[in-house]
Order: sequence, then C-alpha cells, then structure tokens
Amino acid sequence: MIIKGKVWKFKDNIDTDVIIPARYLNTSDPKELGLHCMEDYDSEFVKKINQGDIIVAGRNFGCGSSREHAPIALKAAGVSCIIAQSFARIFFRNAINIGLPIFESVEVVDQCSPGNILEVDTVQGVIKNLSKDKVYKTNLLPEFILKVISVGGLREYVKEELKRREKNV
Amino acid sequence: MGKTIVEKILSAHTDTDNLRVGDIIKARVDFAFANDITAPIAIKYFKESGARQVFDKKRVGLIPDHFAPNKDIKSAEQCKLLKEFAQEYEIENYFEIGKMGVEHALLPEKGLVLPGDVVVGADSHTDTSGALGAFAIGVGSTDFAAVMALGEVWLKVPSTIKFIYSGKLKKWVSGKDLILYTISKIGVDGANYKVMEFSGEVIKGLSMDSRFTICNMAIEAGAKTGIIEPDEITLEYIKGRAKRSFQIYNSDPDAHYEKIIEINVSKIEPQVAFPHLPENTKPISEAKGIKIDQSIIGSCTNGRIEDLRIAAEILKGQQVHSEVRLIIIPATQDIYLQAIREGLIEIFITAGGAVSTPTCGPCLGGYMGILAKGERAISTTNRNFVGRMGHPESEVYLASPAIAAASAILGRIASPEEVK
Ligand code: SF4
Repeated sequence: MIIKGKVWKFKDNIDTDVIIPARYLNTSDPKELGLHCMEDYDSEFVKKINQGDIIVAGRNFGCGSSREHAPIALKAAGVSCIIAQSFARIFFRNAINIGLPIFESVEVVDQCSPGNILEVDTVQGVIKNLSKDKVYKTNLLPEFILKVISVGGLREYVKEELKRREKNV
Repeated sequence: MGKTIVEKILSAHTDTDNLRVGDIIKARVDFAFANDITAPIAIKYFKESGARQVFDKKRVGLIPDHFAPNKDIKSAEQCKLLKEFAQEYEIENYFEIGKMGVEHALLPEKGLVLPGDVVVGADSHTDTSGALGAFAIGVGSTDFAAVMALGEVWLKVPSTIKFIYSGKLKKWVSGKDLILYTISKIGVDGANYKVMEFSGEVIKGLSMDSRFTICNMAIEAGAKTGIIEPDEITLEYIKGRAKRSFQIYNSDPDAHYEKIIEINVSKIEPQVAFPHLPENTKPISEAKGIKIDQSIIGSCTNGRIEDLRIAAEILKGQQVHSEVRLIIIPATQDIYLQAIREGLIEIFITAGGAVSTPTCGPCLGGYMGILAKGERAISTTNRNFVGRMGHPESEVYLASPAIAAASAILGRIASPEEVK
C-alpha cells in the first residue's frame, strides 16, 4: 500500500484525551468520533485536515487511557498513517488492530516539517519526504501485520484467516 | 548471547527464528480469558467473525468476577452473556458464582496457567501469572476475540529490566511493600512497554502468594508484564494443580537486559501509596495518623490466604474502630474455605469486620464498599486513581494487609507495631 499525504506535526506525549476528549466516549461510532479528533489541541484540526494526511509526532504518542476510540477517531478524521519517534504500548496495539498503519522513526520525525508531503510504502517500509527529496528505510512490518492493515483491522483479518484455514483443511 | 526468560518463552511459541527485541511476532497462546466487563464485547466480535468454535475449549476461561454476584440488572445481563456463550461453545472453564474467584487469583490456583505459558487476558492485571514464570499480558476485547478464534496473538518482543533484590526484610514488610517501593522509584511509566523481571535472594525467599502480589502490580509501572523465574517454591505450588504439561525456562546469565536495577531491601519500611497514583508512595512512618473511613482487604493483589493470615494475626482479639468499615474479601472460594478452616473468618467477624464472597467489588468502585464524597480508605488493592473506589472526591491509600488491618483497628493509617 502506498500512502501519500501532507504532514501535521505534533510534539511529544500526545495523550488519548487530546486525541479524543473523554466527553465524547459515549459513542463508538467512528464518524462521530472523527468529528472531535484533536479538538482540544486545535479546534479547527478536523476542518483543516484532508483525507490521507499523515501525522508526524514525537515520543510516546497515544499515552494515557487504553481506549480504542483514539485511533478510530484519527482514522475517521482522515489520517492515513502515523509516524512517531515512539508510541505508547496500548495505542500501538489498538492502531494496528483497527487497521491504521504506524511507523516508528526518529530520523523521519526530526527531519520533516509541517506541510511536507510524505509518501509511505507500507509494504517496503520506505518513507519518502517528497518536499525535501529524502528517502528513509524503517522497520519492515511483518506480513501478517500488513495483512491486518490492508484488510482494515484485526476483526476483518480474523474473518479472512478463518476462511483461509477452512479451505486448507 | 544469552536470552532472557521472556525471549525463551516467546521463541518457543512462534515460528520466527532468532527473535530480537522490537520484532513483531505471532505467538501461540496457551490460555486466554476474559471477565464480565471485557468478554461481552469480545463475544460479539467473535460471533461476527464467523468462527464456529473457540481455538481450544480447555484453554479459554470466562470469569464473571467484577460485578458478580450480579450487582444490578445491567451486570446480570453481562454475566448471562458469558454463561450462554460458555454453554453454546462448550467452554470448560466458565466459573459460576460459588466456584468463582477473582480471575488472576483463580486461574493459577486451578492450575490453568502454568510456567512457560503464553497467557493472554482481557484485563490489565493478567501480569499476575508472571509469578509462575509465564509470559502473561493484558489485552483489549478485540484482541481477546481474535485469540479465541485463532489461538494466537500478535505482539512486539519487549526488552526487559531486571530488578535484583538483596538484603533482609524488616518485620511486616511484604511483597506489596517491595512492589510499591519499586514503583515509587521508577514511576508509573518507568517500565513502559518493557518486562519487569524480579529476581534476587529476597524474591527467592518469598512465597508464591507474595510473588503474585509483586507481578500483579508491574502494570502500575507501565510494564507489559512482570515475571519471576520458576524455582522449587513454584513447583511446589504447581504440584497437584497442573492439568497439562508445562515447560520451565530460566534467563541465561549472559542475557541482555535493557537495565539492571539493584534494590537493597534492608532499610525499606512498610509502604503506603497516597492518592492518586501508585507511585506516590511513602514509608509508613510518614503516613501514620491519617484518619480513615474504610479498610479493604482483598482483590487480585492481596486477597490470598497469606494475606488473610497476616490480617487475622493482627485482628485477633482486637476490635475494629467504631467509625471504620472493615471489608474482607477472600479472592477465591478455595481461599475462603481455607480461611474458615483455619478460624480466620471467625477472627474477622468477632473483630467486627464484614466478610464477602469473592468479587472484585470495591476495588474498581463496583459495589460492596463504595466511598462517599470526602471519605478515605486504606486498601490492599492496586490502583488509587481519582474516583477508583467511589466518589471523585474520595481517597484511596494503597498498602499491605498488615497495614490495612492495623489501620482498621486504630481508625487511622497505622503500623501493626502500634496495635500490639
Ligand atoms: S480485583 Fe481489582 S484489579 Fe483485580 S481484576 Fe478485579 S477489579 Fe481488576
């Protein structure tokens, strides 16, 4: 999968309360959650972001509560990929489980500026900063994680995997 | 280079060769479980996935413990879902009230989680079973549904911080005090994503009950899990319980650790964690005198027989303070029965304590001891977050059963030394 989008840059320790404030957790409807994504950080964020844009952030992105609502809100708001220096453990899990590709890279984060255009090859683990004409190689995601992401999340993956196993029996 | 116990366990559960820290792998799961809060969503997802059966009927556990015995209609509906699902899919390890216990105490006791296992639980304190030398991690409902369907879990191979405890424990200093002290030293995110491996002569000298308490709270330092290498004490505990074969793993002497932290325990006093974080820990000498309204002895942290014995030792022949509610909750039915046989329950009731059937109850502010506005509790549980046990303006202080029992008698946070 090739993702191309504009960079929105965030600092260290963006917590899940910033990503989706707790007052909106009475729903799990992605559309509804997406409308309030990052609202307390920048009330215009949802209006400004375009489908496919990329979040680039510092350390410990997604710290705080363990709710799956946070990556769901980001994905629904149009975020196609997150690149951070590091992720909080449960956010990392939840993002993959809902099919949102995420990469850890200190280099990419350090060297890119807000508004840069990035192109991410999720399969090859190659990130290109088209605005700065730089290419980075990140850790390859294992095949089944790529599968999880490409089918749209762990729940879809389970369905496909069950079908595959059934055929193989 | 050598390997840590966790690296060895994960290697044995995946097809990937040469595991490295940071690798993402698929691991085969030996036992998976959920409770009345986390299972219902997972059951919905599981059914939607089209799975016709769980990966192994003997290796899935469903434990209604949080709001069970059903505290209200909503919890009754949740618990009913678990029961019906267990019937429909012939899940063997469904524990009805009367056979039930708090999941993290119950599963090791029943021999369902064993050394060398990969254990996945839809509850954050799944790390408790690490005390047996298993790799036990808490996950969300989506993950649990996937494990039930496929029998495997994806995870990132974590690095390990090794804690070595040496010295001699002071009187009344328990596993609870060691873990509270450790969390206060490294902070609530001090082990974020990493494994905490607890070792050293002090750990080797601890009972299984104390070891469970320590691993239980690794998550409160942000850890992915806690683990202790199995030894004779572990094997003694397993004997007569294990229902299947298991494998013992140990860390190699030249294993690579992200960090090694040495702690001399000789000077450590009993600890009390002040509101509202487990890292706000102070020695008992600095906590004495704080007035309390309630004392809770129980939970997956400290509701085991050793905990009840210590509480009884202090409460024997004493009276609970007239303005304090002492609530004692044995973590499982077996522990409850054992406490009756040893005469501990009689001591509690004679002292003026209330004893409950096993449940999580007040630990997460469910029921069976909720705090009113402005009330304060001392508790042997593991979290003292804002509103954890009731009103947002109530307070929870975390401590060992010895401190909780002594405080119940004196009506203020107190050391057992003050009682005798
Ligand atoms: S006793 Fe408390 S911490 Fe343990 S499983 Fe129950 S609610 Fe969670």
